[in-house]
Amino acid sequence: MDLDTIAEIVTRPDASSLSEWRDGDGWLGGGTWLFSEPQLDLVRLIDLDGFGWTPLELTGDALRVAATCKLRELHAFPRPDDWTAGALIDQCCDALLGSFKIWNMATVGGNLCLSLPAGPMTALAAALGGTCVIWAPDGTGRRVAAADFVTGDRRNVLTRGELLRSIELPLAGLRSRSAFRQASLTPGGRSAALLIGLKAPDGGFALTVTAATVRPVRLVFETLPESGALGAAIERAIPDTLYHDDIHGHPDWRRRLTFHLAEEIRRELAS
Amino acid sequence: MTFHVNGEDFHETPRPGQCLRTFLRGLGWFGVKKGCDAGDCGACTVQVDGRPVHSCVYPAFRADDREVTTIEGFARGDALSPVQERFVAAQGFQCGFCTPGMIATVAALSPEQLDDLPRALKGNLCRCTGYRSIADAVRGVRNVAAPAAGRGAGADAPAPASRRIVTGAEPYTFDVDMPGLLHLKLLRSPHAHARIVSIDVAAAMAVPGVRLVLTHEDAPETLFSTGLHELDADDPPDTRVLDDVARFVGQRVAAVVAETEAAAELGCRLLRVDYDVLPAVFAPLEAMRPGAPLLHDDPAKTGAARPERNVCAEVHGAVGDPDAGFAAADVVHEGVYETHRVQHAHLETHGSIAWIDERGRLNLRTGSQTPFLTRRRLATVFGMDVADVRVMCARLGGGFGGKQEMLTEDVAALAALKLGRPVKLEFTREEQFTGATTRHPMRVGVKLGATLDGRLTAIAIDVVSNTGAYGNHGPGVLFHGCNESVALYRCANKRVDGVAVYTNTVPAGAFRGYGLSQTSFAIESAMDELARRLGIDPFEMRRINMIRSDDALVAFDDEPHDVEIGSYGLDQCLDLVEAALARRDGEPRLPPDWLIGEGVAIAMLDTVPPRGHFSHAEARLSADGGYELAVGTAEFGSGSTTVHGQFAASALGTTPDRIRIVQSDTDASGYDTGAFGSTGTMIAGKACFDAANALRERILIVAAALLNAPLASCALTAEGVVAGNASVSLAEIAGQSPLSAAGEANGSLRSVAFNVQAFRVAVHRVTGAIRILRSVHAADAGTVINPMQCRGQIEGGVAQAVGAALYEHVDVGPGGAVETKSLRAYHIPAFADAPRTEVMFAETCDAIGPMGAKSMSESPFNPVAAALANAVHDATGERFRTLPLAADRIFARVAARNGQGSRCSEKSPPSGTAPA
Repeated sequence: MDLDTIAEIVTRPDASSLSEWRDGDGWLGGGTWLFSEPQLDLVRLIDLDGFGWTPLELTGDALRVAATCKLRELHAFPRPDDWTAGALIDQCCDALLGSFKIWNMATVGGNLCLSLPAGPMTALAAALGGTCVIWAPDGTGRRVAAADFVTGDRRNVLTRGELLRSIELPLAGLRSRSAFRQASLTPGGRSAALLIGLKAPDGGFALTVTAATVRPVRLVFETLPESGALGAAIERAIPDTLYHDDIHGHPDWRRRLTFHLAEEIRRELAS
Repeated sequence: MTFHVNGEDFHETPRPGQCLRTFLRGLGWFGVKKGCDAGDCGACTVQVDGRPVHSCVYPAFRADDREVTTIEGFARGDALSPVQERFVAAQGFQCGFCTPGMIATVAALSPEQLDDLPRALKGNLCRCTGYRSIADAVRGVRNVAAPAAGRGAGADAPAPASRRIVTGAEPYTFDVDMPGLLHLKLLRSPHAHARIVSIDVAAAMAVPGVRLVLTHEDAPETLFSTGLHELDADDPPDTRVLDDVARFVGQRVAAVVAETEAAAELGCRLLRVDYDVLPAVFAPLEAMRPGAPLLHDDPAKTGAARPERNVCAEVHGAVGDPDAGFAAADVVHEGVYETHRVQHAHLETHGSIAWIDERGRLNLRTGSQTPFLTRRRLATVFGMDVADVRVMCARLGGGFGGKQEMLTEDVAALAALKLGRPVKLEFTREEQFTGATTRHPMRVGVKLGATLDGRLTAIAIDVVSNTGAYGNHGPGVLFHGCNESVALYRCANKRVDGVAVYTNTVPAGAFRGYGLSQTSFAIESAMDELARRLGIDPFEMRRINMIRSDDALVAFDDEPHDVEIGSYGLDQCLDLVEAALARRDGEPRLPPDWLIGEGVAIAMLDTVPPRGHFSHAEARLSADGGYELAVGTAEFGSGSTTVHGQFAASALGTTPDRIRIVQSDTDASGYDTGAFGSTGTMIAGKACFDAANALRERILIVAAALLNAPLASCALTAEGVVAGNASVSLAEIAGQSPLSAAGEANGSLRSVAFNVQAFRVAVHRVTGAIRILRSVHAADAGTVINPMQCRGQIEGGVAQAVGAALYEHVDVGPGGAVETKSLRAYHIPAFADAPRTEVMFAETCDAIGPMGAKSMSESPFNPVAAALANAVHDATGERFRTLPLAADRIFARVAARNGQGSRCSEKSPPSGTAPA
């Protein structure tokens, strides 16, 4: 929709866009959420596309995904054969409520920064043990584990004027075995629970719970646990208050899904 | 900036926060529709550099120097693109409002995506079709068959607007460029009940571009109802254009009119309103208690049944001796069934454009199902003569009853009358939820008595309907809901009690089924429960008790009425559905965690609303030898226009494509009550058929004179009239003088249509997820004038009802505000959610309807929810008497009964799932 409070678009941002951040500024990623609701507090949008970041780069041990990388670009990235967990990219893109047309516009970083519990890019980054690279207004940067980036429903670690520069997905994670489960109230609907299991070549297991909870919960085990131990670990890690409550699923149901899908993942990776 | 759109260059600069959708429309590309304006529905889809995007969430400036293709850019001259051709051939649309975006999306799908349409099309919502015909279009299935001359009825004729729809050329309500157009925006109440003490308009008026602020001080004192019927007295007059009391969160408080939408919105934000907040009540049972806050206690207001108890309308009636009937029963079943608020969610939002023409007449171009009733209501509100008001409707982007209501025309008209300039009011999607109408939520107590052999001895229902803050359609929906659902069963003893109650919530209104979907859910669920208690098969239970062809139609009184069984196909429908349900071909084999069950429900609908429904049509032979058919009713996608053309073509011995139809304009045809109550075929269709038959007689008389031949020897063909070896062309006949003839229908003597729906479902015993394995539906629509379209009506009705039963719910928060305000929060069925329904027709020919036809547009909705609930019970052993059957509401009881409660501790079920 038209955002008629917006008076200016900064299409060629630079370092000063960070240092001279002011009230009423907003970072523009793909725009797919920003333009979906009135934004009465915003008067200026700073177009992250203007930084010209390379969408995807392979570093020595990670896939560096620029915050402005579109879901389509991530989805289409040619994957080496040894990325046994590469299917997670498809599965997480598909878990987005929006269709492939939204993939043409929405960005990976935007999905994390929107910080919905159901954000599938949050789930992907957290499950793979990714790291978020953050730029601060004073020119410094910091790194935050992707699993810690989202702190609650529509809340994250970014402070005023900070921006998410990139997400680094470790190749070790992509070279693990993965199991993915997602459930929603409607086929293809917004995730009410999105769980990912990752079993590393050394036997280590990580279960990442998203969507069911207001923020990601990543449980790490040295080896694949037994059913009871996994359930107990979930019970300890996720108090009832952490289960999300909104139109897309009652918290009791999300809790049920979490245990059910976690056990399915455990069994899949045990085989 | 330079934008390349459909091969043309535009040197324009969008506003900084403008989205591509409005920018393109501003350039004149009206094929780009607004459905949700939030990236959910896909009606605005265009391609940018060949990739489809939702233009409503695409920042316009980013399309600078890119190639943009809208729906208008797909055809090459007169040659449609292959995808457009396929959408015409399959008729992959009904109202057509989603079609431009659908085509722009489908045209870009890869072969892999074409093999997975549920995923590929999840960003394209269609509210009409149920998606089967869209799948056909994508796959190249041809459903249309051009009828031969004079053989229009019974053929799968395409919609006359097909070509315009697939090219984006069909002009819907807002698809006009009107110079000097002003924009109206509404300030809505944040309080559920409040008296407006004062409104400070100074800051709003100071906004550049703001031309007018309207408050209750500017509004006529006239009380009226937004609900529209043939009889004004059917709806209590309890509403003002702008009132000094707000009775629900979202009620209009003031209007700001400005040169731009942005200025009008800013003006609204700058209005300073001082409210005296009043106590509010949200639940009907509480609203009826003594001492509850009263919504309409003004003695000047008339029409409400018992305003001192917030009762808008009530019905009480009985036949036979219900108490004796229950006493004679071997088994008595009692249950309370609750249906919730759902929204029509037609993709085209409400709206209208008002202006004063050079003759000083008030003109409205509006998205309404009832142009003539709207004209009359506007004349009443503003104290004008109806001759000084003209109302015209373009093709509507869906209606479903929601547009049998005056929700925008009055305030747009008030502004136009004050300013003398054209004024547009176009609802946002949020306003559709907060400021339009919903289905009436109902609580229905059902008591059924039966003997051990399954025969009903007594039926009693007790209905509490929540009409919301205003009584529009409150009485009608209550009465109608209690009628056919009860008359459907032969039983000597019946009792009906019902109230429609005011509460401080968003008003309910007309909704597909008009009360029957709610009561059918209750009665058909109760019949299932009773059958199971008696150990009788649910199909057999219906056969024992449903009315037969020679039964009288009796609901709750012995008053004479004008409904009779003009044709009877209920028995056929039941047999067809039972046989189809027994087949299992194509169904997946599911793991043991899925519980399987079946359910059935039946429904009946009067083919015409009661107390008069009129249509006057005129068929003309123009000077050029072409036919024109003028009829007042509106087209909202049900295909009635197609049927009108088929009727006329049948009468005139020609083909439907040779008949130009002029419709829904109060200046262009005789009076028509409107497109509601499933009357498109029965009333307007009959008027068209009669007009065309009368024209045929006139043509033959003129031709006989020209040919100097006996009238009996003359025959009308598609080209002209022949008598032996002599012939005269239509143009030659018309050359004498243009001919015309009138036809009319008054809607009295009515018949009944029948529907039977059954499902086989699988319910996951842990998660509560419901999968529909088989959906079968049989309808008795009499002679089916257009089987392809009628099938589409049924598929779409079933899909919409599945949405209402499983997914959709308008939630009202503790303060009375609607919380589900977008299509993201209010999930209507997408491609993946809609079952493929097998549709069958009974073979009957109605004694009353035109050419033996009966109505078939609302009624397929009605039996769906009960059939689903009955199937879920069959699968799980749990009876759910409250809708919707959402997984998160049913899982706890399903799991508890089916042995999956151990993984985590059982909790109390969420609200809404407790046994009633």
